[in-house]
Amino acid sequence: MTAIAWGRKLAIAAGLPAVLVGIWWLATAGSTSVYWPPLSTVLETFAPTWLEGRLTSDVLPSLLRLAAGYALALALGTALGTVIGSWPTVRALTEPALEFFRAIPPPVLVPIFILFAGIGDGMKILVIMVGSVWPILLNTVEGVRSIDEVLRDTARCYRFRRRTRLVQLVLRGASPRIVTGARQALSIAIILMVISEMFAATNGLGFSIVQFQRSFAIPQMWSGIILLGLIGVALSLIFRACEARVLAWYQGQRAAQR
Amino acid sequence: MSTLETASESPPQDTTMDNDAPTTPLLDVTGLRKVFAGANRAVEALQDLTFTVSRGELMCLVGPSGCGKTTLLRCVSGLLAPTTGAVTLNGAPVTEPPRGMAVVFQEYGRSLFPWLTAWQNVELPLKEKKVPRGERKRLVTEALDAVGLTESRDAHPWELSGGMQQRVAIARAVAYEPQVLLMDEPFAAVDAQTRGELEDLVRALWQRLGVTVLFVTHDIDEAVYLGQRVVVLSASPTVVLDDVPITLPDERDQITTRSLPQFAELRAAIYELVQHAKNGYRPQPDTEHPS
Repeated sequence: MTAIAWGRKLAIAAGLPAVLVGIWWLATAGSTSVYWPPLSTVLETFAPTWLEGRLTSDVLPSLLRLAAGYALALALGTALGTVIGSWPTVRALTEPALEFFRAIPPPVLVPIFILFAGIGDGMKILVIMVGSVWPILLNTVEGVRSIDEVLRDTARCYRFRRRTRLVQLVLRGASPRIVTGARQALSIAIILMVISEMFAATNGLGFSIVQFQRSFAIPQMWSGIILLGLIGVALSLIFRACEARVLAWYQGQRAAQR
Repeated sequence: MSTLETASESPPQDTTMDNDAPTTPLLDVTGLRKVFAGANRAVEALQDLTFTVSRGELMCLVGPSGCGKTTLLRCVSGLLAPTTGAVTLNGAPVTEPPRGMAVVFQEYGRSLFPWLTAWQNVELPLKEKKVPRGERKRLVTEALDAVGLTESRDAHPWELSGGMQQRVAIARAVAYEPQVLLMDEPFAAVDAQTRGELEDLVRALWQRLGVTVLFVTHDIDEAVYLGQRVVVLSASPTVVLDDVPITLPDERDQITTRSLPQFAELRAAIYELVQHAKNGYRPQPDTEHPS
């Protein structure tokens, strides 16, 4: 029964991707175009391109920079968002500025950051952080602001200490919104991971894909794009697993309210 | 035990005095006034409230809806600063939620932490009070047992019915071992049957633990059934209309107590007062307040 249920779930999840891969496969099967190599060729180049060395020399550095930038964005966004959300005055003062910075497309910052942060890892981590901090920050502000008044009163009546109040009331109360922001931020962070490596870099996924494209290694380039997609899927699965843990109460509560 | 006539036909002049057992006042509310300053007009919610709650007493506050009961309770609990007047608990002025006071709110669904289990909800305030681990465990176990939720200790609030959620809130308040327990229309949002059970639970806990209870309600029957004393409030801006001793036997029961002729008399007397209050009646003439 459960095995069948799992099978069904898998079939539903994998159905459309299988169809799309099938269409790609058939459409490019006899292709002689340089830009649209047959999928079989792309897949053949996948293993030699990525698994022999590039995994540690390019993929790993990219992922580490992503992790660092995203972690900083999470920490900074949550911290600032909590402060701004807790005091209406601070919020009123900062909101216009925040909206302005948020509206700047992060990729345009790359050339500017290169000026003062160089072209090393620091610059790339900075780009990822600055670009992905906004949804976390703004959602945290909203989350903190909308914490239930009765719950706040309860925490006051029972004389919760500052720390308990911060963790048990404010952060947990805002956690559904923080997670929403973190989810949006994750996709932005992945995009910025690639873009930050396209300008001035010596390694990384984005760097490799651009190199392949410039050297007309088209199947390798396509394989890099497939790898990026796979990484995106894997990160989203990890995110969902974390979310299920952190927000189990929220999902249960919502299910109970229906 | 005693059969007195209901003490409500006395003109509501200044009858705020202790009825039978003049024990020490634990909670003292003097000249409480609260004005909410609006953009262009000030709203006077509480005009002048003076009453005391004695140690070990179960007192009910009843008044017409919208008479500022919640405002009053928020002032008494230190959540809201009064415009003038003072609240003292055990002789100490209340300026913020004091130690030794627990509140049960009407909105049970919003006063429990949905990310904590019933057990954790009851335990958290004790952790904040730095109650040692072993003692904490005993208090939480006893409190959950007293409200009949031993089985549901690991459930989250949203897995429990409304009545059970309010039981968790009561257990949390009881485990906190407060000197005074404030209850703000705690059963207004539960169904009638559950309400009866919860009323009996409050009576039982009060008798067993000797805690002082200030119970705010708009339900006259509930006030008469629960209280040793019922303080009747006027419509907003609120003043105390009358202080009615409830001369029902201490052992109360949903069926027999509620069918006593005395119960009906008390209920009728208070009902009349509240009707009066709704029509704008207020005890004058202590101050001249043109509207």
